[in-house]
Amino acid sequence: MKLNKFVILLGIVVLAGLAFIMSSQKAPEKAAGVADDKKVKVGFVYLTTPGDHGWTYAHEVGRQDVIARFGDKVETTYIENVPEGPDAARVIRDLAKQGNDIIFTTSFGYMDPTLKVAKEFPEIKFEHITGYKRAPNMATGNIRFYEGRYVQGVVAGLMTKSNKIGYIASFPIPEVIQGINAFGLGLRSVNKDAEVSVIWVNSWYDPVKEADAAKVHIAEGADILAQHTDSPAMLQTAEKAGVYGFGQSSDMKAFAPKAQLFSSVNNWGIYYINKIQALIDGSWTTGEGPDHWAGNTWAGMADNFLVLSAFENMPDDVAKAAQKAADDIKSGANKIFTGPIRDNTGAEKVPAGKTLNDGELFTTLDYYVEGIVGKIPG
Amino acid sequence: MISMTPRKHISLQRTLVTPVVSIMMTLCVGAAIFAILGYDPLAALYQFFIAPLSRPDQVADLFVKACPLIITATGLVFCYRANVWNIGAEGQIVMGAVCAGGVALFVPGLPDILLMPTMILAAMVGGMAWALIPGILKARFNTNEILVSLMLTYVAALFIDWLVRGPWRDPQSFGFPLTKSYDEAALIQRVDLPGIGTLGQLHWGVVAALVLALVAYFVMSRTLFGFQVKVMGDAPRAGAFSGFCAARTTIGVLCISGACAGVAGMVEVSANMGQLQPEVSFGYGFTAIIVAFLARLNPLGVIAAGLVIALAELGGDSAQMALGMPKVVTGVFKGILLFMLLAGETFNRFQLRISWPALSRAPAARGR
Repeated sequence: MKLNKFVILLGIVVLAGLAFIMSSQKAPEKAAGVADDKKVKVGFVYLTTPGDHGWTYAHEVGRQDVIARFGDKVETTYIENVPEGPDAARVIRDLAKQGNDIIFTTSFGYMDPTLKVAKEFPEIKFEHITGYKRAPNMATGNIRFYEGRYVQGVVAGLMTKSNKIGYIASFPIPEVIQGINAFGLGLRSVNKDAEVSVIWVNSWYDPVKEADAAKVHIAEGADILAQHTDSPAMLQTAEKAGVYGFGQSSDMKAFAPKAQLFSSVNNWGIYYINKIQALIDGSWTTGEGPDHWAGNTWAGMADNFLVLSAFENMPDDVAKAAQKAADDIKSGANKIFTGPIRDNTGAEKVPAGKTLNDGELFTTLDYYVEGIVGKIPG
Repeated sequence: MISMTPRKHISLQRTLVTPVVSIMMTLCVGAAIFAILGYDPLAALYQFFIAPLSRPDQVADLFVKACPLIITATGLVFCYRANVWNIGAEGQIVMGAVCAGGVALFVPGLPDILLMPTMILAAMVGGMAWALIPGILKARFNTNEILVSLMLTYVAALFIDWLVRGPWRDPQSFGFPLTKSYDEAALIQRVDLPGIGTLGQLHWGVVAALVLALVAYFVMSRTLFGFQVKVMGDAPRAGAFSGFCAARTTIGVLCISGACAGVAGMVEVSANMGQLQPEVSFGYGFTAIIVAFLARLNPLGVIAAGLVIALAELGGDSAQMALGMPKVVTGVFKGILLFMLLAGETFNRFQLRISWPALSRAPAARGR
């Protein structure tokens, strides 16, 4: 039968094709393994793509910093758009099996998958960003994002004319509550009348929702916007409406040259370089954590983990006040969460003279400070 | 005129050759796209089809990845065979996971040996209940089950989101949206193969999925119920004359597919996550629809189709890792694969006829 011959022919072609592909690929793989014996292999797991211009973009910049610093002494691999579920464990395990020496997992939801795989590969180092579970070969690292938000609050308080600030928040987890409250403390340090209203979009990255929330804030009279979400959508909306806002994670000036006051930029490169250098030197440790919840490494503006982009679109005196606020945080003169702190019902939460320690920042902030309107959801 | 006429007889050769041709065409088109984008096409194809299968544990992971797809698609086969368009399996997966999670987290004092069966039962009830809503509405008021089941997906997603951020949140998690971890007895263990040990993440849920597909095949081809489903799908009037009740069939198949989806959600959580989180299903319910159709609505085919889709997913990850190929490109390639497979299947079942309109009529058409 004609068709039978066709089937056999087709089968042969397919097999030959597959064999060709296999044979053409095997050789370089082996060669790579031998020649690059001394290279440190570094793996990164990304939640979204570097094209988000926010959270993952900042991590990608960090990876580029690593390449710039170590050149061909390192070989980096990244994998993007990894959902925070069972796929994460598989991807992390694959990176481990491919011989990566250190693997950075860059989102909170990778915590348990990273821990699981870390236990399977005790000889490989794992670095989980923003989590709190760890193992002898799994460290956690985080940035004191709230420090930048305090400075944002100061600028917002001095810039606002309507005394209404719009804040777009993602999820009511400690990091975000810290940010809102630090913003409120900064705001009230310069302006007793301004108020912040918060819209929760229940997403880290959803440009449509973020833009919608920005529009609602503007319609309600807000003239300054702040965000704890990752896309530049809020700033783009602000630019169109002629109001001001702050960028998140990376410098978003390009998206809103007239609207961006400044961005809090996450400088992960410095953390990555430190940890990879330690691994090369044989001195890698999980690090001395300031506190169980905060991460083994929790650093902010003083260590350049958090960098503020240029103060723009504001009068000189505001820029000076912002610089002063930033300098005080860097020098340790302002610890931000120092009493007296009242919640937005007027009840005193932190007495005068007391400063919340790192653990308390994670476990006791279940309220909004003065100046923030509403209640924490959930 | 282009017209598609159903083939009266589809030969075995044609059935076997079609997917091969489809895959060949995928390889060619894919290679061309990779080459245009500046990737070595052979290296890319290697990463897609061979690298994910180069170690035994990776093969095991392929089955793990396919597991929720196989379970869910097996249930959907019943629905689609009966011409009932349940598009909401995603939501049914979530509700199954929620109900099983409720048992695992909040039913105290169950002996270990009863916990797992109770969870499975709860998952089935959860998924079934969610599928019954469009079922009853359709049977009673003739609503459109496509819309109702689809919309309920979003309700389910928001429901679990609310649960894990609110009432079910682990008080020890300090605001992070996670429930407590399940007890050991509520987890599905990995398969310990004699002489080999555990292989990748291969767990007992995978074995259950394969058995389920086999049972479904038997039910579909050898029982009166299977016959009823097929008759009601192909010729509802003939079915009605022979005494089958359309409403009962609709509800029956929705129960089956809801229960399957629910179990898929429970298996996914108990085998891979060990606690509930805001997202437990990552589009499995939607991907399973593709799996069901790729399988030609045959429960045995579901196993193969599930594995093909899982391979495309794993291949995409491996291409990302090895070649730095962006996720969007791997997504395009997956799309081409599905397109070719479904197009091949269409040409397998239908004959394409192209006939030119008679020349003499052309001037008349112009004149008007």
